Amino acid sequence: MLWETVKLAMSSIRRNVLRSILTLLGIVIGVGAVIAMVTLGNGASSKVTENLSKLGSNMLIVRPGQINFGPGGATDARAFDERDVTALKNNLAGIKGVAPTAQKQMKVVSGALNYDATVTGTNVDWFTVQDWTLEDGRVFSDSEMRAGASVCVIGATIRRELFAGQDPIGERLRIGNFSCEVIASMAPKGQSAFGTDQDSIVVLPLRTYHRRIAGNTRIGTISISVTEAADIPRVQRDAEDVLRERRRIAPGEEDDFTIRDLTQILATMASTTTILTGLLGAVAAVSLLVGGIGIMNIMLVSVTERTREIGIRLAIGALERQVLTQFLVEAVVLALFGGVLGIAIGLGLAAAGAAVMDVPFNADLRVIALAFAVSALIGVIFGFFPARRAARLDPIEALRRE
Amino acid sequence: MTGNNPLVSFTGVTRTYGEGGGLVRALAGVDLTINRGEFIAIMGPSGSGKSTAMNIIGCLDRPTGGSFRFLGVEVNHLGQDQRALLRRNFIGFVFQGFNLLNRTTAIENVELPLIYRGMARHERRERAMEALHLVGLQGREHHTPGELSGGQQQRVAIARAIVTDPLLLLADEPTGNLDSQRSLEIMELIARLNEERGITVVMVTHEPDMAAFAHRIIRFVDGHIASDEQKVAA
Repeated sequence: MLWETVKLAMSSIRRNVLRSILTLLGIVIGVGAVIAMVTLGNGASSKVTENLSKLGSNMLIVRPGQINFGPGGATDARAFDERDVTALKNNLAGIKGVAPTAQKQMKVVSGALNYDATVTGTNVDWFTVQDWTLEDGRVFSDSEMRAGASVCVIGATIRRELFAGQDPIGERLRIGNFSCEVIASMAPKGQSAFGTDQDSIVVLPLRTYHRRIAGNTRIGTISISVTEAADIPRVQRDAEDVLRERRRIAPGEEDDFTIRDLTQILATMASTTTILTGLLGAVAAVSLLVGGIGIMNIMLVSVTERTREIGIRLAIGALERQVLTQFLVEAVVLALFGGVLGIAIGLGLAAAGAAVMDVPFNADLRVIALAFAVSALIGVIFGFFPARRAARLDPIEALRRE
Repeated sequence: MTGNNPLVSFTGVTRTYGEGGGLVRALAGVDLTINRGEFIAIMGPSGSGKSTAMNIIGCLDRPTGGSFRFLGVEVNHLGQDQRALLRRNFIGFVFQGFNLLNRTTAIENVELPLIYRGMARHERRERAMEALHLVGLQGREHHTPGELSGGQQQRVAIARAIVTDPLLLLADEPTGNLDSQRSLEIMELIARLNEERGITVVMVTHEPDMAAFAHRIIRFVDGHIASDEQKVAA
């Protein structure tokens, strides 16, 4: 009986394909938008999570100056120096490492080739803290660190651009009028969460960088890697105490440096994505409502058009409930048809969007099932009123109608 | 339940529409008994109440006053669905305008009442086929009403009416839309169903030629039965 009813509904939809599709547009757009957004959103947040782990997890970033968002911006505060790094290293418990960094964008040259790189001065901890792995070669030795030796480690992009196809170890690299020996190359990390190429990098011992590149002893950033995620707030407070003491900040005075939890920054970014998804979800919900009203409208038209048919059915012994079911099933089949169309279009859009935005395409089966169920529900809700009107027709009146 | 009760009995049946000054009395106290196996023609000018009487006999409508019993069951107090069940199980309808579902094949039209009875597909097909053969439409099962002539459409409608093996066949001007040759064929078919299958037939008609097939002719005038003649020769 139900299958008969479904078949009947299908044939009545086929009878008026264009009208049915126009009716369904609201549901198609609504479901399509939800599916596309959620799928893309999932892809984006899994990408953020992936970036998080690339950046090195449980990381605190210390910068000089109070970074205020809004008017004023960064204050001109004193940079850190090597003794600050040593103090942090000696006074903090539960950390994997403390890495100072001083950076500059410069052209690096090998033979006839050159490339723009981030030239970074740091220590050996940096490789652990920032979660870099060496593809081959070795890190700086203690004596090279102390002496400020002319050695460097290069990122995957530099290796590809300047030493394509050959072994870079032992080769020389020129940065301005300074030249260093390549002792290692690093495995690629890809783009950062902010869209810059992390592999276009040349790493020098901090002292080498200070003497040969910067001409000063400033340290722009100190990264601290905390062993246990639960310890992050404590380490953050301890680091603040150490630095306040070193920088002689009187009690009650504001810090002239900032310690930020990187995990938190990225979590904020991820939650922004969630808010955006929610907003678009709301738009989609309105679209679904409009779609539902469209279905109600078309079903009312259909009931009026088929008054005579309903009269015949009632006269030959159809029960109210059977006529109600017929029209309800028709509305549900119509809505589901729209839902399936919407799911297909949504997935298509998400796949295209994922390719363009370079995020993974994660189709969530639960969301698809939910969209399907919501479409059916819309059919039931908005189909009920027209169906009841059909079922309550007076057969005599209905048969008289032309 | 069928017992010895008459198939249909009217006792002082009235049916009024509207109220106050606009009150229309379609039936003004009608007494009528129809027994099983009868072949009755109902005649009368339009507005005489014959259609209203047909609607009540067909359990589509209920009297405003008096008592209407179908197989001894008082129908006045039955709801929409209970009357639908009576129609489904005991009554077949043939209308002047055929009233077949468009874009639906002959066999599907005939199967329709059986679908509502919840009969299995296979059995349904078989019985619908049988009914179509009985009305002489073998070979036209898969034609839609648009592809059939008027006479053929009315045969499909008759097949649909009898596919459930009803006790009562109600025909509302079954030949109203047909030429005289087709009309005679349809009437012969209905008479045969009455004779061979014992189906009680109640038919509304304007044409004396068609009424002549019946064994009893009832004439309505102004909501009353003006005459009720039993044909002796039949």
